Amino acid sequence: MTTLTTNSIANSKPTAPVRDEIRTFIILTALLVAVPISGLYPFFVMNALCLALFACAFNLLIGYGGLLSFGHAVFLGTAGYITAHALKVWTVSPELGIVLGVAASTALGVVTGLVAIRRQGIYFSMITLALSQLVYFIYLEAPFTHGEDGIQGVPQGKLFAFIDLTNPIVLYYVVLAVFLAGFFLIYRSINSPFGEVLKSIRENEPRAISLGYKTDHYKLLAFILSAGLAGLAGAMKVFVAQNASLTDVYWTMSGEVVLITLLGGLGTVFGPVVGAFIIAAMQEYLASFGQWVLVIQGTIFVICVLTFRRGIVGEVAHYFKMSL
Amino acid sequence: MQALYAQLLVGLINGSFYALLSLGLAIIFGMLNIINFAHGALYMMGAFCAYFLLSVGGLSYWWALVLAPIVVGLFGILLERTMLQRLAGLDHLYGLLLTFGIALILQGVFQNYFGSSGLPYAIPDLLTGGVNLGFMYLPIYRGWVVIFSLAVCVATWFVIERTKFGAYLRAATENPTLVRAFGINVPRMIALTYGLGVGLAALAGVLSAPINQVRPLMGADLIIVVFAVVVIGGMGSIMGSIITGFTLGVIEGLTKYLYPEASNTVVFVLMVLVLLVKPTGLTGRAA
Amino acid sequence: MKKYIYRLFAYLCPLLVSFNAYALDKNVKIGVLTDLSSLYADSAGSGSVLAAQMAVEDSGLTKKGWTVEVISGDHQNKPDIGASIARRWFDVDKVDLIVDVPNSGVALAVSRVAKEKNGVLIVSSAAVSDLTNAQCTSNTIHWTYDTYTLANGTGTALTTAGGKTWYFLAADYAFGAALERDTAAAVEATGGKVIGQVKHPLNTSDFSSFLLQAQASKADVIGLANAGADTSNSIKQAAEFGITRGGQRLAGLLLFINEVHALELNAAQGLVLTATFYWDLNDRTRSFSKRFQERNKKGDMPSMPQAGVYSGVLHYLKTLDKAGANSHDGAQVVAAMKELPTDDDAFGKGYIEPNGRKIHPAYLFEVKKPSESKGPWDYYKLLATIPAEKAFTPISQSSCPLLKK
Repeated sequence: MTTLTTNSIANSKPTAPVRDEIRTFIILTALLVAVPISGLYPFFVMNALCLALFACAFNLLIGYGGLLSFGHAVFLGTAGYITAHALKVWTVSPELGIVLGVAASTALGVVTGLVAIRRQGIYFSMITLALSQLVYFIYLEAPFTHGEDGIQGVPQGKLFAFIDLTNPIVLYYVVLAVFLAGFFLIYRSINSPFGEVLKSIRENEPRAISLGYKTDHYKLLAFILSAGLAGLAGAMKVFVAQNASLTDVYWTMSGEVVLITLLGGLGTVFGPVVGAFIIAAMQEYLASFGQWVLVIQGTIFVICVLTFRRGIVGEVAHYFKMSL
Repeated sequence: MQALYAQLLVGLINGSFYALLSLGLAIIFGMLNIINFAHGALYMMGAFCAYFLLSVGGLSYWWALVLAPIVVGLFGILLERTMLQRLAGLDHLYGLLLTFGIALILQGVFQNYFGSSGLPYAIPDLLTGGVNLGFMYLPIYRGWVVIFSLAVCVATWFVIERTKFGAYLRAATENPTLVRAFGINVPRMIALTYGLGVGLAALAGVLSAPINQVRPLMGADLIIVVFAVVVIGGMGSIMGSIITGFTLGVIEGLTKYLYPEASNTVVFVLMVLVLLVKPTGLTGRAA
Repeated sequence: MKKYIYRLFAYLCPLLVSFNAYALDKNVKIGVLTDLSSLYADSAGSGSVLAAQMAVEDSGLTKKGWTVEVISGDHQNKPDIGASIARRWFDVDKVDLIVDVPNSGVALAVSRVAKEKNGVLIVSSAAVSDLTNAQCTSNTIHWTYDTYTLANGTGTALTTAGGKTWYFLAADYAFGAALERDTAAAVEATGGKVIGQVKHPLNTSDFSSFLLQAQASKADVIGLANAGADTSNSIKQAAEFGITRGGQRLAGLLLFINEVHALELNAAQGLVLTATFYWDLNDRTRSFSKRFQERNKKGDMPSMPQAGVYSGVLHYLKTLDKAGANSHDGAQVVAAMKELPTDDDAFGKGYIEPNGRKIHPAYLFEVKKPSESKGPWDYYKLLATIPAEKAFTPISQSSCPLLKK
């Protein structure tokens, strides 16, 4: 079996990568903390952060487990719908809404994972895509999602009864904190023994099996973790956009997260974040080029696959012989 | 009971499209190890091609049936030569991503130039009207679609399983290096195969032009259903994908009658069931 | 004393100057938020942008020293993107008016943003009647049509015209269900009967089995409670199965002229539909439409939503002109718009209800046979006119919270 990404074996020195990554992480955090005073539009950054967390969760599967899920949007969207419904109809507190949303995505991840990991490679992608389309149709027809109208005007409320999420600056720091927490969790998983086994499965599954690892368990666990974190991104998105809609469960969204990760760099720690900011900026600031958005996205796909499969961050890391 | 017959027949028509499309996918996968995500977009191009042959070139449906697959097939060969070829030896997933990107570009470009509501294409004069079968009114064109696509499927199967070209092709799938050693131009063969698979998609597009509105996104959702069909059938055998295609069309037709709300999801549910029982698909070999 | 007067002047002058500056703020920014790349690109899309520009020119404000800028954006049919573009437009780009907004989900989301940022929103393309009912706001006007108009117009008029029994082909989601429910209510209120329905999933490509069921029902009218490609495909395939030739009537509940154009008359003939605008209604609509068509790159006649954008923007600018300056206070401008009667080439005379519903007549059309049509875009013949007061939800039945003051 061929290796999925060339980013994996970029660095052989064991201590240097961690140092590079931590340094980058600190710079990134400092930049993000400074956003509200930078004059950058906070809602744009919040959107991008949600997308980035979603892409990081997705990257955990493809970049480290070698599993390309082409239906990851359902996890984003499921949490979105459940959180929005819980906040609006059941009027629960924001923290409970987030928990419910993430729980729903995780549960869906268990079910989907159990079916999908029965096949490898390309089949895995097609199965996740088909399952996501199945879930999409269920949401389309379920009354609580309000079909095309979506769940609108979701109240933001007060987190832990005292943090006022209606204030954009406060909301920004909450979203940032959740993003950093999610990002850190993913980073820890990648560098844990669990992550090492996952990488070994990506590189050579039969050998991992012969070493005595129950690879299916690891793959399932990675899938569930990824689904749950994608759900966390979806739940946060509800607070930012104040609505939940069908677009977040549609396959185009699944394609978008693949694009983000591919552009940023499959299997790099920071690639998905960079990719998310680029794609989010494209959607927001190229809005007047509307009709060409699809074509531009397609072109990026083609260029990435043909010329720089490492993605932006992967190429930079490769050039500077760093680990990012 | 009469209604049931009617629904079965109608299902068979849909099955024809599934069969043609999944057949093309299976051929391409067998030879190039690529899941052709652009299949839906190329199906759409086939339909547009038919439209242009008629409106610009004044060439009838019958010409389109021959020319559109050739034109789109050549376009496919061009894609293969310029892009897909470079992915040889890389993971399958890059092929999927590349063809996904190509699909987005094609759909986007067509959307820009031809709008979203689509273009009209009339049923050819020879095939208009219908016959009353007693249990239903069958438009002649629908009957033609079933018979014609069945014939194409069988012919394709024959070429691949029973002719010399097919034998080379199958051999090259198994062991390209060895086949090359016999002096056969494997890369050219791969390009031709991609052209053939894509041509089948275009043919399905031409067949569907008089039935469905010719519009840029006509293949976008269809391709996902066809993926599920392919997963159910397994991509091991040509005959397998043909039979699965027709069968699923019929099952979907029955669902439309018995529980219409689920008719878009039934294929996916079946896919899950098949995976739970037989992960390699009905006719597939172990990966 | 003199000193005192000077001092008074010194106090008053800055006030006067600032008042003047306020009064002379003659800058307006209009954002056309639409679907440039997908489902609604034909019925709204770049045509809506053109309609907004034409309205700006026709308002004559630039000659009076106003600066009116029109920008456009693509919401890609995603409510979150639509809402975030709207938010940025209001916050950063200082847009005063957002117009068009196809797709119910996006329209509802943007309506919330317009309220929050105190901007103005004129919805032309989206059909969702919640905009003037449960989810109405003091910053939104719903201009062109809504599900009530479509359902009520077609349901009532067609039943009165003899279509006593109905069978529905409904898209299986909120929009299809609402359209079917409202139409069924109108049919039954007029003495008709619904004898069956089948729900089909969204984005179905093959309608033959649903059409067979509709055909077997022997209903007088088959109501298509769906939209976009679903409607086009069901009409095309209904022609194939000889449904209209068999004496049944097909009623498209949401159908734009672009779709009829794309289907061609052969497939669409005999179809009945409701619209609030058709280019060939009278001299005024014809003159507007010809001007529009000449400038439209696609060469299309204006659709109902595009005409609505023109009419809405024009009325907005008229209101500002009357006020003499732009206060940038959305709720106040909308209130003024509701005071002023509307009049333009596309919709004639009309007015805006307190719940934000723009009122004008609606029309029941039948699609012509190819032999009756004089050429491209000559597609509809008028069956009935639904007077303005009957075309929209009676204000007494509106559940809009604004009315409960």
